[in-house]
Amino acid sequence: SLPRRLCILKGIYPHEPKHKKKVNKGSTAPRTFYLLKDIKFLLHEPIVNKFREYKVFVRKLRKAYGKSEWSTVERLKDNKPTYKLDHIVKERYPTFIDALRDLDDALSMCFLFSTFPRTGKCHVQTIQLCRRLAVEFQNYVIASRSLRKVFLSIKGIYYQAEVLGQPVTWITPYAFAHDHPTDVDYRVMATFTEFYTTLLGFVNFRLYHSLNLLYPPKIDSQADAELKPMEGKEYAMDSESYLERLSALSSSLARVVAPTHEDEVEMDEFPVEGETAEQMDAKKKEQEALEKHKKLFEGLRFFLNREVPREPLAFVIRSFGGQVSWDKSLCIGATYDATDPSITHHIIDRPRVENQVVGRYYLQPQWVFDSVNAKLCLPVADYFPGVLLPPHLSPFVTEQEGDYVPPEKLKLLALQRGENPDEESEEEEEEEEEEEEDDNDKEEEEDESEKEEEMKLKKMEEQKTQSNKALPVKVTAGKVRVEDKQRLEQEQQSEEKRLAIMMMKKREKYLYKKIMFGKKRKVREANKLAAKRKAHDTALREEKKKSKKAQQA
Amino acid sequence: RTVQDRMTGADVTLTDEQVELVQRLQKGQFGDVNFDPYEPSVDFFTHEVMIHPVTNRPADKRSFIPSLIEKEKVSKLVHAIKMGWIKPRKPKDDTPTYYDLWAHEDPNSVLGRHKMHVPAPKLRLPGHEESYNPPPEYLLSEEERLAWEQQEPAERRLNFVPRRHRCLRAVPAYPRFIHERFERCLDLYLCPRQRKMRVNVDPEDLIPKLPKPRDLQPFPTTQALIYRGHTSLVRCLSVSPGGQWLVSGSDDGTVRFWEVSTARCMRTLPVGAVVKSVAWNPNPTLCLVAVAVEQSVLLVNPCLGDKLLFGATDQLLEAYVPPEEERVQPVQWVPPSAEERGKGIRLIVQHSKPVKQVTWHGKGDYFASVVSDTGSRQVLMHQSSKRWSQAPFQRSKGMVQCVSFHPTRPFFFVATQRYVRVYNLLKQELTKKLMSNCKWVSSMAIHPGGDNVICGSYDSKLAWFDLDLSTRPYQLLRHHRRALRSVAFHRHYPLFASGSDDGTVIVCHGMVYNDLLQNPLLVPVKVLKGHVLTLDLGVLDVLFHPTQPWVFSSGADGTVRLYT
Repeated sequence: SLPRRLCILKGIYPHEPKHKKKVNKGSTAPRTFYLLKDIKFLLHEPIVNKFREYKVFVRKLRKAYGKSEWSTVERLKDNKPTYKLDHIVKERYPTFIDALRDLDDALSMCFLFSTFPRTGKCHVQTIQLCRRLAVEFQNYVIASRSLRKVFLSIKGIYYQAEVLGQPVTWITPYAFAHDHPTDVDYRVMATFTEFYTTLLGFVNFRLYHSLNLLYPPKIDSQADAELKPMEGKEYAMDSESYLERLSALSSSLARVVAPTHEDEVEMDEFPVEGETAEQMDAKKKEQEALEKHKKLFEGLRFFLNREVPREPLAFVIRSFGGQVSWDKSLCIGATYDATDPSITHHIIDRPRVENQVVGRYYLQPQWVFDSVNAKLCLPVADYFPGVLLPPHLSPFVTEQEGDYVPPEKLKLLALQRGENPDEESEEEEEEEEEEEEDDNDKEEEEDESEKEEEMKLKKMEEQKTQSNKALPVKVTAGKVRVEDKQRLEQEQQSEEKRLAIMMMKKREKYLYKKIMFGKKRKVREANKLAAKRKAHDTALREEKKKSKKAQQA
Repeated sequence: RTVQDRMTGADVTLTDEQVELVQRLQKGQFGDVNFDPYEPSVDFFTHEVMIHPVTNRPADKRSFIPSLIEKEKVSKLVHAIKMGWIKPRKPKDDTPTYYDLWAHEDPNSVLGRHKMHVPAPKLRLPGHEESYNPPPEYLLSEEERLAWEQQEPAERRLNFVPRRHRCLRAVPAYPRFIHERFERCLDLYLCPRQRKMRVNVDPEDLIPKLPKPRDLQPFPTTQALIYRGHTSLVRCLSVSPGGQWLVSGSDDGTVRFWEVSTARCMRTLPVGAVVKSVAWNPNPTLCLVAVAVEQSVLLVNPCLGDKLLFGATDQLLEAYVPPEEERVQPVQWVPPSAEERGKGIRLIVQHSKPVKQVTWHGKGDYFASVVSDTGSRQVLMHQSSKRWSQAPFQRSKGMVQCVSFHPTRPFFFVATQRYVRVYNLLKQELTKKLMSNCKWVSSMAIHPGGDNVICGSYDSKLAWFDLDLSTRPYQLLRHHRRALRSVAFHRHYPLFASGSDDGTVIVCHGMVYNDLLQNPLLVPVKVLKGHVLTLDLGVLDVLFHPTQPWVFSSGADGTVRLYT
């Protein structure tokens, strides 16, 4: 409907009134309220007239069809009213940074729509446009090397790029046909997409120009020439083949100004007031780490086997400077063959490899993603084909104090710091076990150090339970009981605290209890996870021992 | 070669030609031997364009003269163009679809409303549990899974079940992907947005800064003595003004007298019914205890301590001279029988209804009793020396829970279910009505200074009134978890205690300043535990020692405990 479309396009959302009863004529039934000024604002929008014109056009067209007046139909179609959303984009995002901040949903939506089939659910043009914009954005990310994090979730693949200092996160579904749900209103989604495509187009334009790239993107002519002979004439339509080749993500883009290879521009130092040398150093270090991260795969040549999802891997590898190719029959844009001796990493997702070529690593695709998230090329041994993979951790989680940290993450952090916990322990399992125990111990220690608050809480609980038990009043021939002074002190303090809590005001007590409940729950969850992990590890170790015994017997 | 004909049932022998025909058909060839499927096709019409017409008919005349209909149509079009009804086609809009929209970022052109705009919050980023290959501890166990399935979809903390896949190849499509995008869309345009200030406080800061209990000593801290002997719940306690003797009344129909310091039961007085209330005469020169049993109040001389003292008491009671004319009294003063006299009972005040409470005036001559009645005679005042009683109120103002005398001034406090009324006995008028903000007042105690009152209630609240401040509670303390049964003030120390059904006695420091500008300071200092819950009842009565910072408590478990 018209108001809904207007609200979506103009970004108008309902408001929660301060006095619900007053506004709602005394009833508390849930209703949505819009501000009156918002509605007036919508009425002033020139696009309302365009929508009305379009409605009239549709009516006229239907009438002409009904009367079989084909010349009228043609004339009407020629004069089909169109509208543009440029001014709305500008109005909603007055600065470019605003637009970048709101890019998450736009990207996710475009990537979703670009995977829709070309039939049924929405206009084919929309799908094609989404596909084009998504590919353009991917190409920009590759060209600017701004990808930071990738995460393979069970929902889809999350990417996080840092575009002009703004983190932009989007999710793409795995490449499967959609089972279109019936309880989803596609018209709402289409309206959103209409706005998002406009926004993304303008953003892409600006981003390309900020990198001195041509927009609409052109494939670099040198690379083009290299590509031409290989692909031949397998792809019939020229207009489509261009997009296809672009979407292959294997070739670089043409620039307005020829690229000068001066990437190593020295950052000038601007000493900011109130900034110590340490902070400056840290900043510099961070900058260096970032540069290093950007060139993670530089000089590596990857080959993707055909069962590997090509697009995400090609995107990730290319955005960290690696070269990538695949089987020629798989997709357009392959640059080298599987037999190329210069290939360093062969990404494969099968349990076994037939006829291995010497001189390259055969790895599972998770290695690429884990390496990107770890900001270093991880040791390859864990990722050989057919090997049980180490867990894939989310790069978006930053553990605060008191949170549960999975041991893999601890290992990873150690690796990043430059220690290598694994090397010496690979020879014998027992050692490994010991080390695992060490790890556990370490973890516990850390737990202890980190979770003093938790301990306090626990102690309080204990004391409560203790004091609940009735004291047996009996005089028995005595043992000398050593009075633990510290403990007594603590007990006294906790009692004082309890008494003080009794004197809190009702509202504050409620708040305090809520906060403490949240804290306790957090601790409980962390403990639960740790316990689960421990149980799992012990089970695994016992199984190992058993199998070892079976082997010996 | 012989085949059965199904139609006739007769056996037919095939000839050579027929066999050959069958074989040809089986091979997929034409049945006719002579048919050639590969003979060259014959064009019925030539593909070459012919230059001559097919027919020889001459052209029509109408093909040479201009058409009138067309002329009409053309003229119509011309007319329409002249009148401006038909417009030329619009030129194709050749401005590019995308251009640098933010080329001129003008901060002045930003609408005012944009500053009020609340940007939509970003979606939560995924955690480890959403990984296709999560660490094993994030996978749900069987019962967690069941719990997850039974939860409402809106209540679930995770909107998916974490799963582990061996390799990337084995990861299936996520069936709710489109749903989730759609839900996000709905959130974006249908959810009201609000700026909410997050409460970012350290919980430690919320705890009020109170003086430490250690600095507020003395107060009772440990259980010192248990007075055992009663076989049923001990309802009431009272202590002699010197602090040497303790009297307790119980449901087992006895009143016991104890020595405080040794916990020895000095005397047991069987009265044959539930003892509702006992009160020791506050006058130190008398040795007299009022005991409320069923419909009567017994004045008992326990004959403890100084012989002179209890002898004097007896003498005082004997010295009564009945007046000449009989006055109409609401109660009957009955002298006890010889047997009862032997037990120590000196006087019996017979009421018409069961007596709930009895309390002495500070001078020790008058005492008041509360009768469980609904009429105007709920509260009765008695003068023990003149054996004279009267009902002070003409109308009832609700169920009276307890009454109390002001320690120094002629005021009388009457607590009904929700209010405490303060009467001036001299002027015989109502001076104040305190709203307790509680559902049902259970007990009341008056500060020895006389300006502060505490009320315990069955809805586990304790209301502290400052009579100078207002008629509403200065503070409502919700320390207990269950109904409060009794409250008490200490006579000298700034202490008050409350006993509750949860089996605890909470001792609080309640400092009242002489300076009128300074409000009382209330600090809980100790939670005393010890009584065992029986029949869902805990502590029934609390009482302070008149001189020491000790507190007595009687409980439903049949014991009286002393905390020092």
